[in-house]
Amino acid sequence: MTAQEFITLQDIVRALRAAAGAGDGIDLDGDIADVTFSELGYDSIAVLETVGALEREYGFSMGDEAVQEAQTPGQLLRLAVEAAGGVAGLAA
Amino acid sequence: MTRRVVITGLGVVAPGGIGAKAYWDVLANGRTATRAISSFDASRYRSRIAAECDFHPEEAGLTPQEIRRMDRSAQFAAVAADEAVADSGLLFADLPPHRTGVSIGTAVGCTTSLEEEYVVVSDGGRKTLTDHRYGVPHLYDYLVPSSVAAEVAWRVGAEGPVNTVSTGCTSGLDAVGHAAALIREGSADVVVGGATDAPISPITLACFDAIRATSPRNDDPAHASRPFDRSRNGFVLGEGAAVFVFEELEHALRRGAHIHAEVAGFATRSNAYHMTGLRSDGAELAQAVTAALAQARVEPGKLDYVNAHGSGTKQNDLHETAAIKASLGAHARTTPVSSIKSMIGHSLGAIGSLEVAACLLAMRHGLVPPTANLHDPDPSCDLDHVPLAARETPVRSVLSTGSGFGGFQSAVVLTGNGTERGGLAQ
Amino acid sequence: MSGTAFTTVVTGVGVVAPNGLGTEEYWAATLRGESGIRRLTRFDPAQYPSRLAGEVTGFDPAAHLPDRLLPQTDHMTRLALTAADLAILDAGAGPEELHTFGAGVVTASASGGFEFGQRELENLWSKGNEYVSAYQSFAWFYAVNTGQISIRNGMRGPSGVLVADQAGGLDAVAHARRQLRGGASLMVTGGVDSALCPWGWTAQIATGLLSTSEDPARAFTPFADTANGYVAGEGGAILVLEPEESARARGARPYGSVAGHAATFDPPPGSSRGPALRAAILGALADAGCTPGDIDVVYADAAGLPDKDAAEAAALCEVFGPHGVPVTAPKTMTGRLYSGGGPLDLATALLGFRDGVIPPTVNVALPDPAHRIDLVTREPRAVPTRTALALARGYGGFNSAMVLRAPVARRTPHQ
Repeated sequence: MTAQEFITLQDIVRALRAAAGAGDGIDLDGDIADVTFSELGYDSIAVLETVGALEREYGFSMGDEAVQEAQTPGQLLRLAVEAAGGVAGLAA
Repeated sequence: MTRRVVITGLGVVAPGGIGAKAYWDVLANGRTATRAISSFDASRYRSRIAAECDFHPEEAGLTPQEIRRMDRSAQFAAVAADEAVADSGLLFADLPPHRTGVSIGTAVGCTTSLEEEYVVVSDGGRKTLTDHRYGVPHLYDYLVPSSVAAEVAWRVGAEGPVNTVSTGCTSGLDAVGHAAALIREGSADVVVGGATDAPISPITLACFDAIRATSPRNDDPAHASRPFDRSRNGFVLGEGAAVFVFEELEHALRRGAHIHAEVAGFATRSNAYHMTGLRSDGAELAQAVTAALAQARVEPGKLDYVNAHGSGTKQNDLHETAAIKASLGAHARTTPVSSIKSMIGHSLGAIGSLEVAACLLAMRHGLVPPTANLHDPDPSCDLDHVPLAARETPVRSVLSTGSGFGGFQSAVVLTGNGTERGGLAQ
Repeated sequence: MSGTAFTTVVTGVGVVAPNGLGTEEYWAATLRGESGIRRLTRFDPAQYPSRLAGEVTGFDPAAHLPDRLLPQTDHMTRLALTAADLAILDAGAGPEELHTFGAGVVTASASGGFEFGQRELENLWSKGNEYVSAYQSFAWFYAVNTGQISIRNGMRGPSGVLVADQAGGLDAVAHARRQLRGGASLMVTGGVDSALCPWGWTAQIATGLLSTSEDPARAFTPFADTANGYVAGEGGAILVLEPEESARARGARPYGSVAGHAATFDPPPGSSRGPALRAAILGALADAGCTPGDIDVVYADAAGLPDKDAAEAAALCEVFGPHGVPVTAPKTMTGRLYSGGGPLDLATALLGFRDGVIPPTVNVALPDPAHRIDLVTREPRAVPTRTALALARGYGGFNSAMVLRAPVARRTPHQ
């Protein structure tokens, strides 16, 4: 199995939840692809912790600039798919 | 009557030089001590550079048992304390022991020894149920960093208030503030205080890698620490210690001591915002600066030098620029503001005291140390950062600022000119 | 520190202790003589020479703290945040009091977030450096509780962290008082520690001071002739301190005041000079402007080791005379809580003021007569107390002493 075929927004949300906790009154299973991390209550360390978990799970590496650019779960998904060598948007 | 506090002794263990003289040689000449990590194999890490001390404990005068017992951070503190005591000319054995205190700052204490011992008792991370039979007798001293203050207290025979101050990256300023407070309130007449850290270890590298706080400029370590530069990309880890002898002013004057400076003001505030993040307006650091200046009765326009936290992360330097502008007003742009982290890296809790040491030496020599590696200033960091070369100018009133994880924001104000009576107003 | 008209009062108390989660729960258990010392459950202690500890049981962090805080906090920080919440609630302090540059936090720490630290060290050494959590950058360090408490409560004033092993908790409270004298308006202070993970346990065993008894009733018996070491515990107390004038102006009801403090350090090992505990006691009395005769009760450090118990008893005899003052050690029900021990004793003394009672030292039927102290054993002693002395000593030679005074108008429970 290759990561790019299977990584989805749900995987991003699962990693976020595990790495940085679930929200207070925010439905992470709702349509949050374009909601900013800060609106979701996740700070920069939470995003970095999530990125670390994704990198370890899927065995790819996301660059520093990429991580700084990602402001939403959707953007993080595209960067993850890219890092995995897949096609952005495929699984979202 | 208000008791005033002066510094009469100074000792330093720093990257690029052991001892105050060698340290000043680094700073005055704008030399950088940042390099590829040599103390262990760091090839797997994102940031593989640091400012290491070329420190040989036996040459520095420690005994074999002291070397075995003490973590590297405690060794630094002990050696710096010895130099400070000698520099002060005070005969500690003649002092009433209960009137002598100790205030040593450290952010991560004996983390290096803790990790080394962890590796053994866990058998390289294999055993969660660590095996106590492999623990060294001094393991508990590594767990609790009050052991570092205890080592210094034993060396100078202090039996008054003894504390380790551990407020992360402001520990070195806060320990100075604490030492001064103990003397000012009358709990002690003499305090040996300062700060130490020896954090260049796998676990420290790994956690700063994880938050991408340290510079990954591994191909050019000597120019990796770039505070206020447009190309800055994180701080460079450092290590070291600076320790001082603090003395009640009359006590120092009675014995005709050489006075480096007066600790005229200290304040600390919290940003109550984020464990690692900073608000861009720098309001809390500005508040600390304003409070410290007020305590010192120093007008912002009278400051000759600001020794900045200037860690070289994107967010710190913006935060600090805003704080200095907010607290110094129109004088922010006309006061030299440099970061010596460009040369000796960021030694976490130790750096605040190393910066105070740099201020004392700047006062003595009438020379402001530069910000090295500052070739292309960030337009948002638009203060007078003394790029590349030191600047000759009388230095009588200085401010040193610090900012750290946990939201701590601290400021120390020193006055005097390093002459016989410290050039202090009586 | 000379006496001034300025008075620092305690307006809020929050306790997380092995024999009670919550101030009144702890106090009720303490008066019943209920101990929280039992065999360790957080990990299997079978392979270690010491197997008993004072664990805080029944603590569900998710019930006390937001989910987002859990991944980034060590167990002891969760306990500290919970204790701080309780203390602030008890003080009735709201945003007006908290969200200012005058409201600060000073905590003591001994071991930081050690359990978190062990997990990340294990990740590093068993899997690789890329497995280390981003939260390791602050979750384990000694300043974490102060930082997290200030953030959670929006407190932007002067903050600090002091480390003096088991004496540090009293020093932190004294430092908070120092900040109030310097102009701060409200301080949250105290200490909460826990190193009940295998790695922390291994480090504590290294001192050789932990009891190896397997009987909870015999493992920690300070001042008895059976003293054989101490039992380590987790938890502590967080207090809210305010200047008396502004506290009363806002309608807060003080438990009592922090009247005096002194800290000393013992001479180096092997010195001919004696320990400095007595000097700390005398310093604290002088700072409080009182004489030994004013002290109604002493909350002892109670090391549980024959030589250290003898040294403490000797200092008490020198200052108060043989059997000169009631002495108690409720920590026999919690174990020694490192930086949390001193603040918990302060909380206990304040509750003792309120209810006119001295809680007992359990598991000690009779103190060793050689100590010549009036140890309160078996049952609470129903006697009004107005001035209390708390003592704490830390590994390496740290001594700290604090004097508390009851409020002029006695606080009644559950008002």
